[in-house]
Amino acid sequence: MFPARSIILFTTLSGAGFGALAWLGLLGLAGGLPEGIPTALLAGGLAIALSVAGLVASTFHLRHPERAWRAFSQWRSSWLSREGVFSVATLGAALAMVAAWMLCGPANWAVTVAGIATLLGALATVVSTAMIYRSLWAVPQWHNGWTVPVFLALAVATGGLVLCAALSWTGALTVSPAWLAIGTLLALFAAAVAKTCAWNAASHAVPASDTPSALGLSGRAASAHPLEAPHTSETWLQHEMAYRVARRHAGKLRRIAALLGLLVALPALLLALWLGGLGASLLLTLAALAGLAAVLVERWLFFAEARHKVTLYYGAEQV
Amino acid sequence: MTSLPESTQRKLGLVIDLDTCVGCHACAVACKQWNDTGVVAPLSDQNPYGTEASGTWLNRVHSFEARDDQGGFALHFPRSCLHCDNAPCVTVCPTGASYKRTADGIVLVDEDLCIGCGLCAWACPYGAREMDESQGVMKKCTLCADRIDNQHLPVEDRVPACVRTCPTSARHFGDLGDPNSEVSLLVAARGGVALMPESGCAPTNRYLPPRERRSAAAPVAETGEAAADAPGGFLGWLDRVLSA
Repeated sequence: MFPARSIILFTTLSGAGFGALAWLGLLGLAGGLPEGIPTALLAGGLAIALSVAGLVASTFHLRHPERAWRAFSQWRSSWLSREGVFSVATLGAALAMVAAWMLCGPANWAVTVAGIATLLGALATVVSTAMIYRSLWAVPQWHNGWTVPVFLALAVATGGLVLCAALSWTGALTVSPAWLAIGTLLALFAAAVAKTCAWNAASHAVPASDTPSALGLSGRAASAHPLEAPHTSETWLQHEMAYRVARRHAGKLRRIAALLGLLVALPALLLALWLGGLGASLLLTLAALAGLAAVLVERWLFFAEARHKVTLYYGAEQV
Repeated sequence: MTSLPESTQRKLGLVIDLDTCVGCHACAVACKQWNDTGVVAPLSDQNPYGTEASGTWLNRVHSFEARDDQGGFALHFPRSCLHCDNAPCVTVCPTGASYKRTADGIVLVDEDLCIGCGLCAWACPYGAREMDESQGVMKKCTLCADRIDNQHLPVEDRVPACVRTCPTSARHFGDLGDPNSEVSLLVAARGGVALMPESGCAPTNRYLPPRERRSAAAPVAETGEAAADAPGGFLGWLDRVLSA
Protein backbone atom coordinates (compact mmCIF):
# COMPACT_ATOMS: atom_id res chain seq x y z
CA MET A 1 0.00 0.00 0.00
CA PHE A 2 1.18 3.53 -0.73
CA PRO A 3 2.67 5.04 2.46
CA ALA A 4 1.04 8.47 2.36
CA ARG A 5 2.80 11.01 4.60
CA SER A 6 -0.52 12.43 5.81
CA ILE A 7 -1.70 9.06 7.15
CA ILE A 8 1.66 8.14 8.69
CA LEU A 9 1.71 11.48 10.53
CA PHE A 10 -1.95 11.09 11.48
CA THR A 11 -1.59 7.65 13.06
CA THR A 12 1.76 8.46 14.73
CA LEU A 13 0.87 11.88 16.19
CA SER A 14 -2.71 11.15 17.16
CA GLY A 15 -1.53 7.80 18.59
CA ALA A 16 0.95 9.61 20.85
CA GLY A 17 -1.54 12.39 21.64
CA PHE A 18 -4.40 10.10 22.60
CA GLY A 19 -1.95 7.79 24.38
CA ALA A 20 -0.85 10.75 26.50
CA LEU A 21 -4.50 11.71 27.07
CA ALA A 22 -5.21 8.14 28.23
CA TRP A 23 -2.40 8.48 30.80
CA LEU A 24 -3.65 11.92 31.92
CA GLY A 25 -7.17 10.51 32.25
CA LEU A 26 -5.86 7.63 34.34
CA LEU A 27 -3.85 10.00 36.55
CA GLY A 28 -6.88 12.28 36.80
CA LEU A 29 -9.32 9.60 37.93
CA ALA A 30 -6.74 8.16 40.34
CA GLY A 31 -6.13 11.61 41.82
CA GLY A 32 -2.50 11.37 40.75
CA LEU A 33 -2.18 14.49 38.61
CA PRO A 34 0.56 16.83 39.83
CA GLU A 35 -0.22 20.31 41.16
CA GLY A 36 0.48 23.53 39.27
CA ILE A 37 -0.98 25.44 36.38
CA PRO A 38 2.23 25.37 34.27
CA THR A 39 2.32 21.56 34.58
CA ALA A 40 -1.33 21.31 33.56
CA LEU A 41 -0.80 23.67 30.64
CA LEU A 42 2.32 21.95 29.32
CA ALA A 43 1.25 18.32 29.82
CA GLY A 44 -2.43 18.76 28.92
CA GLY A 45 -1.66 21.22 26.14
CA LEU A 46 0.98 18.97 24.57
CA ALA A 47 -1.28 15.89 24.61
CA ILE A 48 -4.18 17.81 23.09
CA ALA A 49 -1.93 19.54 20.54
CA LEU A 50 -0.46 16.22 19.36
CA SER A 51 -3.94 14.69 19.00
CA VAL A 52 -5.22 17.70 17.06
CA ALA A 53 -2.09 17.79 14.89
CA GLY A 54 -2.67 14.15 13.97
CA LEU A 55 -6.31 14.77 13.09
CA VAL A 56 -5.38 17.82 11.00
CA ALA A 57 -2.74 15.73 9.19
CA SER A 58 -5.42 13.16 8.34
CA THR A 59 -7.47 15.79 6.49
CA PHE A 60 -4.55 16.31 4.09
CA HIS A 61 -5.30 12.82 2.80
CA LEU A 62 -8.81 13.89 1.75
CA ARG A 63 -9.46 15.20 -1.73
CA HIS A 64 -12.39 17.20 -0.33
CA PRO A 65 -11.32 18.30 3.18
CA GLU A 66 -14.10 20.91 3.21
CA ARG A 67 -16.55 18.01 3.45
CA ALA A 68 -14.67 16.32 6.32
CA TRP A 69 -17.50 17.10 8.77
CA ARG A 70 -19.63 14.55 6.94
CA ALA A 71 -17.31 11.82 8.25
CA PHE A 72 -18.99 12.04 11.69
CA SER A 73 -22.25 10.63 10.32
CA GLN A 74 -21.69 6.90 9.63
CA TRP A 75 -20.57 5.65 13.04
CA ARG A 76 -23.02 2.76 12.80
CA SER A 77 -20.93 0.96 10.20
CA SER A 78 -17.62 2.75 9.61
CA TRP A 79 -14.58 2.61 11.89
CA LEU A 80 -13.23 5.74 10.23
CA SER A 81 -16.40 7.56 11.22
CA ARG A 82 -16.22 6.12 14.76
CA GLU A 83 -12.62 7.29 15.02
CA GLY A 84 -13.77 10.82 14.18
CA VAL A 85 -16.61 10.77 16.70
CA PHE A 86 -14.48 9.30 19.52
CA SER A 87 -11.60 11.69 18.87
CA VAL A 88 -13.73 14.83 19.05
CA ALA A 89 -15.63 13.58 22.13
CA THR A 90 -12.33 12.71 23.83
CA LEU A 91 -10.85 16.12 23.06
CA GLY A 92 -13.93 17.70 24.66
CA ALA A 93 -13.50 15.59 27.79
CA ALA A 94 -9.77 16.32 27.86
CA LEU A 95 -10.30 20.07 27.60
CA ALA A 96 -12.79 19.88 30.47
CA MET A 97 -10.34 17.84 32.55
CA VAL A 98 -7.41 20.19 31.94
CA ALA A 99 -9.62 23.22 32.69
CA ALA A 100 -10.82 21.66 35.96
CA TRP A 101 -7.23 20.64 36.78
CA MET A 102 -6.04 24.24 36.31
CA LEU A 103 -8.97 25.94 38.01
CA CYS A 104 -9.73 23.60 40.93
CA GLY A 105 -6.51 21.62 41.36
CA PRO A 106 -5.81 17.98 40.58
CA ALA A 107 -8.00 16.43 43.27
CA ASN A 108 -11.68 17.17 42.79
CA TRP A 109 -14.70 15.37 41.40
CA ALA A 110 -14.70 17.25 38.07
CA VAL A 111 -11.18 16.01 37.29
CA THR A 112 -12.19 12.48 38.29
CA VAL A 113 -15.28 12.42 36.06
CA ALA A 114 -13.56 14.08 33.09
CA GLY A 115 -10.56 11.79 33.69
CA ILE A 116 -12.70 8.67 33.31
CA ALA A 117 -14.22 10.04 30.10
CA THR A 118 -10.79 11.04 28.75
CA LEU A 119 -9.24 7.65 29.53
CA LEU A 120 -12.06 5.63 27.94
CA GLY A 121 -12.43 8.00 24.98
CA ALA A 122 -8.70 8.03 24.23
CA LEU A 123 -8.47 4.23 24.28
CA ALA A 124 -11.59 3.97 22.10
CA THR A 125 -10.07 6.44 19.63
CA VAL A 126 -6.84 4.46 19.31
CA VAL A 127 -8.75 1.18 18.94
CA SER A 128 -10.95 2.76 16.24
CA THR A 129 -7.88 4.00 14.36
CA ALA A 130 -6.46 0.48 14.41
CA MET A 131 -9.82 -1.01 13.40
CA ILE A 132 -9.88 1.12 10.23
CA TYR A 133 -7.02 -1.12 9.04
CA ARG A 134 -7.90 -4.27 10.99
CA SER A 135 -11.30 -4.42 9.27
CA LEU A 136 -9.92 -4.55 5.69
CA TRP A 137 -9.95 -8.16 4.47
CA ALA A 138 -8.29 -7.04 1.23
CA VAL A 139 -5.02 -6.35 3.11
CA PRO A 140 -4.03 -9.51 5.03
CA GLN A 141 -1.08 -7.86 6.84
CA TRP A 142 -3.63 -5.57 8.53
CA HIS A 143 -6.55 -7.97 8.80
CA ASN A 144 -5.31 -9.95 11.78
CA GLY A 145 -5.34 -9.99 15.56
CA TRP A 146 -2.07 -8.07 15.97
CA THR A 147 -3.08 -4.74 14.47
CA VAL A 148 -5.12 -3.48 17.43
CA PRO A 149 -2.64 -4.56 20.17
CA VAL A 150 0.26 -2.97 18.25
CA PHE A 151 -1.55 0.33 17.74
CA LEU A 152 -2.68 0.39 21.37
CA ALA A 153 0.72 -0.48 22.87
CA LEU A 154 2.58 1.98 20.65
CA ALA A 155 0.10 4.76 21.44
CA VAL A 156 0.33 4.14 25.18
CA ALA A 157 4.14 3.87 25.00
CA THR A 158 4.75 7.02 22.93
CA GLY A 159 2.05 8.91 24.84
CA GLY A 160 3.74 7.91 28.09
CA LEU A 161 7.17 8.98 26.80
CA VAL A 162 5.83 12.38 25.72
CA LEU A 163 4.08 12.86 29.05
CA CYS A 164 7.15 11.86 31.07
CA ALA A 165 9.20 14.45 29.18
CA ALA A 166 6.56 17.16 29.62
CA LEU A 167 6.14 16.50 33.33
CA SER A 168 9.90 16.38 33.93
CA TRP A 169 10.38 19.86 32.47
CA THR A 170 8.04 21.31 35.12
CA GLY A 171 9.64 19.20 37.83
CA ALA A 172 6.46 17.21 38.33
CA LEU A 173 7.53 13.75 37.23
CA THR A 174 9.16 12.72 40.50
CA VAL A 175 6.21 13.70 42.72
CA SER A 176 3.41 11.16 42.38
CA PRO A 177 3.37 9.82 38.82
CA ALA A 178 6.63 7.86 39.08
CA TRP A 179 4.55 4.84 38.12
CA LEU A 180 3.78 6.68 34.85
CA ALA A 181 7.41 6.04 33.92
CA ILE A 182 7.14 2.39 34.96
CA GLY A 183 3.90 1.99 33.00
CA THR A 184 5.55 3.56 29.96
CA LEU A 185 8.42 1.10 30.25
CA LEU A 186 5.98 -1.80 30.35
CA ALA A 187 4.08 -0.39 27.36
CA LEU A 188 7.34 -0.12 25.40
CA PHE A 189 8.07 -3.78 26.15
CA ALA A 190 4.51 -4.75 25.22
CA ALA A 191 4.76 -2.80 21.95
CA ALA A 192 8.06 -4.50 21.07
CA VAL A 193 6.63 -7.95 21.79
CA ALA A 194 3.38 -7.27 19.89
CA LYS A 195 5.18 -5.82 16.87
CA THR A 196 7.64 -8.72 16.76
CA CYS A 197 4.71 -11.15 16.87
CA ALA A 198 2.94 -9.18 14.11
CA TRP A 199 6.01 -9.26 11.84
CA ASN A 200 6.54 -12.92 12.62
CA ALA A 201 2.88 -13.75 11.91
CA ALA A 202 3.00 -11.79 8.64
CA SER A 203 6.01 -13.74 7.39
CA HIS A 204 4.39 -17.08 8.25
CA ALA A 205 0.86 -16.23 7.10
CA VAL A 206 -0.67 -18.61 4.57
CA PRO A 207 -2.14 -16.57 1.69
CA ALA A 208 -5.90 -17.05 1.37
CA SER A 209 -6.13 -16.13 -2.32
CA ASP A 210 -4.26 -16.89 -5.53
CA THR A 211 -4.55 -15.66 -9.10
CA PRO A 212 -6.83 -18.51 -10.31
CA SER A 213 -9.25 -17.69 -7.47
CA ALA A 214 -9.17 -13.99 -8.39
CA LEU A 215 -9.98 -14.89 -12.00
CA GLY A 216 -12.69 -17.45 -11.22
CA LEU A 217 -10.44 -20.27 -12.48
CA SER A 218 -10.08 -22.31 -9.28
CA GLY A 219 -10.17 -25.95 -10.33
CA ARG A 220 -9.99 -24.97 -14.01
CA ALA A 221 -6.41 -23.66 -14.19
CA ALA A 222 -3.42 -24.17 -11.93
CA SER A 223 -1.85 -20.79 -12.54
CA ALA A 224 -2.25 -17.60 -14.52
CA HIS A 225 0.22 -14.86 -15.41
CA PRO A 226 -0.46 -11.42 -16.84
CA LEU A 227 0.09 -11.33 -20.57
CA GLU A 228 -1.09 -7.83 -21.29
CA ALA A 229 -2.12 -5.05 -18.91
CA PRO A 230 -5.45 -3.25 -19.43
CA HIS A 231 -3.67 0.09 -19.72
CA THR A 232 -0.47 1.55 -21.12
CA SER A 233 0.69 3.39 -17.98
CA GLU A 234 0.28 3.04 -14.24
CA THR A 235 -3.19 3.78 -12.85
CA TRP A 236 -4.28 5.31 -9.54
CA LEU A 237 -5.15 1.81 -8.37
CA GLN A 238 -1.61 0.52 -8.90
CA HIS A 239 -0.06 3.62 -7.39
CA GLU A 240 -2.25 3.23 -4.30
CA MET A 241 -2.32 -0.55 -3.84
CA ALA A 242 0.76 -1.95 -5.55
CA TYR A 243 3.51 0.07 -3.89
CA ARG A 244 6.71 -1.95 -3.87
CA VAL A 245 9.65 0.35 -3.21
CA ALA A 246 9.96 -0.28 0.52
CA ARG A 247 10.22 -4.04 0.62
CA ARG A 248 13.86 -4.00 -0.44
CA HIS A 249 14.76 -2.06 2.70
CA ALA A 250 12.22 -3.65 5.02
CA GLY A 251 14.75 -5.59 7.11
CA LYS A 252 16.97 -2.56 7.63
CA LEU A 253 14.01 -0.32 8.50
CA ARG A 254 12.69 -2.84 11.04
CA ARG A 255 16.10 -2.81 12.73
CA ILE A 256 16.11 1.02 12.75
CA ALA A 257 12.66 1.10 14.39
CA ALA A 258 13.74 -1.47 16.99
CA LEU A 259 16.99 0.41 17.63
CA LEU A 260 15.18 3.72 18.20
CA GLY A 261 12.59 2.16 20.48
CA LEU A 262 14.57 -0.39 22.45
CA LEU A 263 18.17 0.88 22.36
CA VAL A 264 17.53 4.65 22.53
CA ALA A 265 14.13 5.41 24.08
CA LEU A 266 14.12 2.61 26.65
CA PRO A 267 17.66 3.11 28.09
CA ALA A 268 17.18 6.90 28.07
CA LEU A 269 14.01 6.48 30.13
CA LEU A 270 15.75 4.18 32.62
CA LEU A 271 18.77 6.45 32.89
CA ALA A 272 16.56 9.49 33.42
CA LEU A 273 14.72 7.84 36.30
CA TRP A 274 18.07 7.17 37.99
CA LEU A 275 19.62 10.60 37.18
CA GLY A 276 16.90 13.16 37.88
CA GLY A 277 17.28 16.90 37.39
CA LEU A 278 18.00 18.66 34.09
CA GLY A 279 19.78 15.60 32.68
CA ALA A 280 16.60 13.61 33.17
CA SER A 281 14.53 16.18 31.29
CA LEU A 282 16.95 16.13 28.37
CA LEU A 283 17.09 12.34 28.33
CA LEU A 284 13.29 12.04 28.53
CA THR A 285 12.91 14.48 25.64
CA LEU A 286 15.38 12.38 23.67
CA ALA A 287 13.40 9.25 24.61
CA ALA A 288 10.11 10.82 23.45
CA LEU A 289 11.59 11.93 20.12
CA ALA A 290 13.21 8.52 19.57
CA GLY A 291 9.90 6.81 20.38
CA LEU A 292 8.00 8.99 17.90
CA ALA A 293 10.67 8.41 15.26
CA ALA A 294 10.46 4.65 15.85
CA VAL A 295 6.69 4.74 15.32
CA LEU A 296 7.08 6.85 12.17
CA VAL A 297 9.38 4.17 10.72
CA GLU A 298 7.10 1.36 11.93
CA ARG A 299 4.05 3.07 10.42
CA TRP A 300 5.81 3.64 7.11
CA LEU A 301 6.55 -0.09 6.98
CA PHE A 302 2.99 -0.88 8.10
CA PHE A 303 1.74 0.69 4.87
CA ALA A 304 4.61 -0.01 2.50
CA GLU A 305 4.89 -3.72 3.34
CA ALA A 306 1.15 -4.37 3.16
CA ARG A 307 -0.02 -6.18 0.04
CA HIS A 308 -3.50 -5.61 -1.36
CA LYS A 309 -5.50 -8.43 -2.96
CA VAL A 310 -5.87 -6.42 -6.15
CA THR A 311 -2.19 -7.10 -6.88
CA LEU A 312 -3.38 -10.59 -7.88
CA TYR A 313 -4.56 -8.98 -11.11
CA TYR A 314 -1.15 -7.37 -11.62
CA GLY A 315 1.25 -10.28 -11.28
CA ALA A 316 1.14 -11.35 -7.61
CA GLU A 317 0.61 -15.11 -7.42
CA GLN A 318 -0.70 -15.32 -3.88
CA VAL A 319 -1.94 -12.69 -1.41
CA MET B 1 -26.69 5.14 5.46
CA THR B 2 -23.68 2.97 4.80
CA SER B 3 -25.25 0.03 6.59
CA LEU B 4 -26.09 -2.62 4.03
CA PRO B 5 -29.71 -3.56 3.31
CA GLU B 6 -30.82 -6.88 4.85
CA SER B 7 -31.86 -8.04 1.41
CA THR B 8 -32.59 -6.47 -1.94
CA GLN B 9 -35.72 -6.96 -4.05
CA ARG B 10 -33.61 -7.74 -7.09
CA LYS B 11 -29.93 -8.53 -7.59
CA LEU B 12 -28.98 -6.89 -10.82
CA GLY B 13 -25.58 -7.84 -12.11
CA LEU B 14 -23.43 -9.07 -14.95
CA VAL B 15 -22.52 -12.51 -16.18
CA ILE B 16 -19.25 -12.50 -18.11
CA ASP B 17 -18.32 -15.39 -20.36
CA LEU B 18 -14.55 -15.91 -20.20
CA ASP B 19 -14.84 -18.53 -22.93
CA THR B 20 -16.17 -16.08 -25.50
CA CYS B 21 -14.41 -12.88 -24.50
CA VAL B 22 -11.76 -11.99 -27.08
CA GLY B 23 -10.22 -9.14 -25.11
CA CYS B 24 -11.13 -6.45 -27.64
CA HIS B 25 -11.71 -3.80 -24.93
CA ALA B 26 -14.91 -2.64 -26.66
CA CYS B 27 -16.80 -2.96 -23.36
CA ALA B 28 -14.24 -0.79 -21.57
CA VAL B 29 -14.39 1.85 -24.30
CA ALA B 30 -18.21 1.82 -24.39
CA CYS B 31 -18.23 2.16 -20.58
CA LYS B 32 -15.83 5.08 -20.70
CA GLN B 33 -17.84 6.74 -23.46
CA TRP B 34 -21.22 6.41 -21.74
CA ASN B 35 -20.00 7.43 -18.32
CA ASP B 36 -18.01 10.31 -19.73
CA THR B 37 -21.02 11.85 -21.40
CA GLY B 38 -23.98 10.63 -19.34
CA VAL B 39 -25.81 12.34 -16.49
CA VAL B 40 -22.92 12.13 -14.03
CA ALA B 41 -19.76 14.23 -14.23
CA PRO B 42 -17.10 13.13 -16.73
CA LEU B 43 -14.54 10.46 -15.95
CA SER B 44 -11.37 12.48 -16.12
CA ASP B 45 -8.14 11.62 -17.90
CA GLN B 46 -4.69 12.88 -17.01
CA ASN B 47 -2.24 13.73 -19.77
CA PRO B 48 -4.53 11.99 -22.30
CA TYR B 49 -2.43 12.80 -25.36
CA GLY B 50 0.98 12.27 -23.73
CA THR B 51 3.13 9.20 -23.40
CA GLU B 52 2.03 8.55 -19.80
CA ALA B 53 -1.71 8.83 -20.36
CA SER B 54 -3.86 7.72 -17.45
CA GLY B 55 -7.41 8.18 -16.32
CA THR B 56 -10.41 6.81 -14.51
CA TRP B 57 -12.05 3.76 -16.03
CA LEU B 58 -14.81 1.67 -14.50
CA ASN B 59 -14.03 -1.45 -16.49
CA ARG B 60 -10.58 -2.84 -17.26
CA VAL B 61 -9.77 -5.78 -19.53
CA HIS B 62 -6.74 -7.83 -18.46
CA SER B 63 -5.18 -10.58 -20.55
CA PHE B 64 -3.59 -13.59 -18.88
CA GLU B 65 -1.83 -16.75 -19.87
CA ALA B 66 -3.45 -19.46 -17.76
CA ARG B 67 -2.13 -23.00 -17.50
CA ASP B 68 -3.97 -26.26 -16.98
CA ASP B 69 -2.85 -29.86 -17.41
CA GLN B 70 -2.97 -29.47 -21.19
CA GLY B 71 -0.72 -26.44 -21.34
CA GLY B 72 -1.29 -22.73 -21.63
CA PHE B 73 -4.28 -20.82 -22.93
CA ALA B 74 -5.06 -17.13 -23.31
CA LEU B 75 -7.67 -15.68 -21.01
CA HIS B 76 -9.20 -12.26 -21.40
CA PHE B 77 -10.61 -10.95 -18.19
CA PRO B 78 -12.85 -7.88 -17.89
CA ARG B 79 -12.77 -6.51 -14.34
CA SER B 80 -15.40 -4.18 -12.91
CA CYS B 81 -17.58 -3.78 -9.81
CA LEU B 82 -19.28 -7.03 -8.76
CA HIS B 83 -22.10 -5.28 -6.82
CA CYS B 84 -21.50 -7.49 -3.78
CA ASP B 85 -24.26 -8.40 -1.33
CA ASN B 86 -21.84 -7.88 1.51
CA ALA B 87 -19.98 -4.91 0.03
CA PRO B 88 -17.16 -3.78 2.35
CA CYS B 89 -16.72 -0.60 0.28
CA VAL B 90 -20.14 0.55 1.49
CA THR B 91 -19.75 -0.12 5.21
CA VAL B 92 -16.32 1.52 5.53
CA CYS B 93 -17.52 4.79 4.00
CA PRO B 94 -17.47 7.44 6.74
CA THR B 95 -19.80 9.93 5.05
CA GLY B 96 -22.67 7.92 3.60
CA ALA B 97 -21.50 8.57 0.02
CA SER B 98 -21.35 4.83 -0.69
CA TYR B 99 -24.59 2.94 -0.65
CA LYS B 100 -26.31 -0.17 -1.96
CA ARG B 101 -29.78 0.25 -3.45
CA THR B 102 -32.46 -1.82 -1.75
CA ALA B 103 -34.53 -2.03 -4.93
CA ASP B 104 -31.94 -3.68 -7.18
CA GLY B 105 -28.72 -4.15 -5.20
CA ILE B 106 -26.66 -1.74 -7.30
CA VAL B 107 -23.72 -0.23 -5.36
CA LEU B 108 -23.37 3.48 -6.05
CA VAL B 109 -21.47 6.57 -4.90
CA ASP B 110 -23.14 9.90 -4.16
CA GLU B 111 -20.36 12.11 -5.46
CA ASP B 112 -21.63 15.18 -3.59
CA LEU B 113 -21.05 13.43 -0.26
CA CYS B 114 -17.67 11.82 -1.11
CA ILE B 115 -14.66 13.31 0.70
CA GLY B 116 -12.18 11.39 -1.46
CA CYS B 117 -10.53 9.52 1.43
CA GLY B 118 -10.05 6.40 -0.70
CA LEU B 119 -10.90 3.94 2.08
CA CYS B 120 -13.61 2.22 -0.01
CA ALA B 121 -11.04 1.45 -2.71
CA TRP B 122 -8.76 -0.05 -0.05
CA ALA B 123 -11.64 -2.16 1.22
CA CYS B 124 -12.45 -3.65 -2.21
CA PRO B 125 -10.34 -6.76 -2.91
CA TYR B 126 -11.31 -6.60 -6.60
CA GLY B 127 -9.98 -3.13 -7.38
CA ALA B 128 -13.37 -2.00 -8.62
CA ARG B 129 -13.11 1.60 -7.49
CA GLU B 130 -10.90 4.30 -8.91
CA MET B 131 -10.31 7.84 -7.71
CA ASP B 132 -11.10 10.54 -10.21
CA GLU B 133 -7.88 12.52 -9.99
CA SER B 134 -9.38 15.76 -11.25
CA GLN B 135 -12.67 15.75 -9.32
CA GLY B 136 -11.30 14.15 -6.15
CA VAL B 137 -14.21 11.76 -5.73
CA MET B 138 -14.47 7.98 -6.03
CA LYS B 139 -15.86 6.46 -9.23
CA LYS B 140 -17.20 3.01 -9.87
CA CYS B 141 -19.41 0.98 -12.17
CA THR B 142 -23.03 2.11 -11.81
CA LEU B 143 -24.30 -0.85 -13.83
CA CYS B 144 -25.45 2.03 -16.06
CA ALA B 145 -28.18 2.96 -13.60
CA ASP B 146 -28.92 5.87 -15.93
CA ARG B 147 -29.59 3.50 -18.87
CA ILE B 148 -31.34 0.47 -17.47
CA ASP B 149 -34.40 2.35 -16.17
CA ASN B 150 -34.31 5.15 -18.73
CA GLN B 151 -37.70 5.37 -20.42
CA HIS B 152 -36.29 7.74 -23.05
CA LEU B 153 -34.08 5.03 -24.49
CA PRO B 154 -35.26 2.32 -26.89
CA VAL B 155 -35.90 -0.94 -25.01
CA GLU B 156 -32.86 -2.68 -26.51
CA ASP B 157 -30.60 0.06 -25.14
CA ARG B 158 -31.82 -0.35 -21.55
CA VAL B 159 -28.86 -2.52 -20.60
CA PRO B 160 -25.38 -1.48 -19.45
CA ALA B 161 -23.27 0.05 -22.22
CA CYS B 162 -20.68 -2.75 -21.95
CA VAL B 163 -23.35 -5.42 -22.49
CA ARG B 164 -24.93 -3.51 -25.38
CA THR B 165 -21.63 -3.15 -27.20
CA CYS B 166 -19.94 -6.54 -26.67
CA PRO B 167 -19.34 -7.91 -30.20
CA THR B 168 -19.09 -11.53 -29.04
CA SER B 169 -22.06 -11.42 -26.64
CA ALA B 170 -19.75 -12.40 -23.80
CA ARG B 171 -21.55 -10.06 -21.41
CA HIS B 172 -25.02 -10.64 -20.02
CA PHE B 173 -27.15 -8.49 -17.74
CA GLY B 174 -30.07 -9.47 -15.54
CA ASP B 175 -31.48 -10.32 -12.13
CA LEU B 176 -29.24 -12.89 -10.45
CA GLY B 177 -31.59 -12.99 -7.47
CA ASP B 178 -34.27 -14.65 -9.60
CA PRO B 179 -33.33 -18.32 -10.14
CA ASN B 180 -35.40 -18.44 -13.34
CA SER B 181 -33.92 -15.38 -15.02
CA GLU B 182 -31.94 -15.89 -18.22
CA VAL B 183 -28.68 -14.98 -16.50
CA SER B 184 -29.32 -17.35 -13.58
CA LEU B 185 -30.08 -20.20 -15.99
CA LEU B 186 -26.91 -19.40 -17.91
CA VAL B 187 -24.87 -19.45 -14.70
CA ALA B 188 -26.40 -22.80 -13.76
CA ALA B 189 -25.81 -24.30 -17.22
CA ARG B 190 -22.21 -23.19 -17.50
CA GLY B 191 -21.06 -23.45 -13.87
CA GLY B 192 -20.64 -19.73 -13.36
CA VAL B 193 -18.52 -18.70 -10.39
CA ALA B 194 -17.96 -15.74 -8.08
CA LEU B 195 -14.46 -14.25 -7.94
CA MET B 196 -12.46 -14.83 -4.74
CA PRO B 197 -15.42 -16.36 -2.86
CA GLU B 198 -13.16 -16.49 0.22
CA SER B 199 -13.50 -12.69 0.51
CA GLY B 200 -16.92 -13.05 2.13
CA CYS B 201 -18.11 -10.12 -0.01
CA ALA B 202 -20.70 -12.32 -1.75
CA PRO B 203 -20.35 -10.82 -5.24
CA THR B 204 -23.46 -10.67 -7.42
CA ASN B 205 -21.62 -10.85 -10.76
CA ARG B 206 -20.68 -14.27 -12.09
CA TYR B 207 -17.92 -15.36 -14.48
CA LEU B 208 -18.37 -18.33 -16.79
CA PRO B 209 -15.06 -20.25 -16.89
CA PRO B 210 -13.55 -21.23 -20.24
CA ARG B 211 -14.98 -24.50 -21.57
CA GLU B 212 -12.83 -27.62 -21.32
CA ARG B 213 -10.65 -28.02 -24.38
CA ARG B 214 -10.69 -31.07 -26.68
CA SER B 215 -8.43 -33.74 -25.25
CA ALA B 216 -5.78 -33.51 -28.02
CA ALA B 217 -5.06 -31.10 -30.82
CA ALA B 218 -5.95 -32.40 -34.32
CA PRO B 219 -2.83 -33.34 -36.36
CA VAL B 220 -1.77 -30.71 -38.84
CA ALA B 221 -1.14 -31.82 -42.46
CA GLU B 222 2.46 -31.45 -43.59
CA THR B 223 2.69 -28.49 -45.90
CA GLY B 224 5.25 -25.91 -46.93
CA GLU B 225 8.81 -26.32 -45.70
CA ALA B 226 8.09 -29.58 -43.88
CA ALA B 227 6.69 -31.23 -47.05
CA ALA B 228 9.50 -29.91 -49.24
CA ASP B 229 12.03 -31.60 -46.99
CA ALA B 230 11.46 -34.96 -48.64
CA PRO B 231 10.79 -34.52 -52.37
CA GLY B 232 10.36 -37.46 -54.67
CA GLY B 233 11.29 -38.15 -58.34
CA PHE B 234 14.17 -36.30 -60.06
CA LEU B 235 14.36 -33.69 -57.31
CA GLY B 236 14.46 -36.43 -54.70
CA TRP B 237 17.33 -38.17 -56.56
CA LEU B 238 19.16 -34.81 -56.85
CA ASP B 239 18.57 -34.15 -53.15
CA ARG B 240 19.96 -37.54 -52.20
CA VAL B 241 23.01 -37.12 -54.46
CA LEU B 242 23.80 -33.65 -53.18
CA SER B 243 23.24 -34.72 -49.56
CA ALA B 244 25.69 -37.62 -49.86
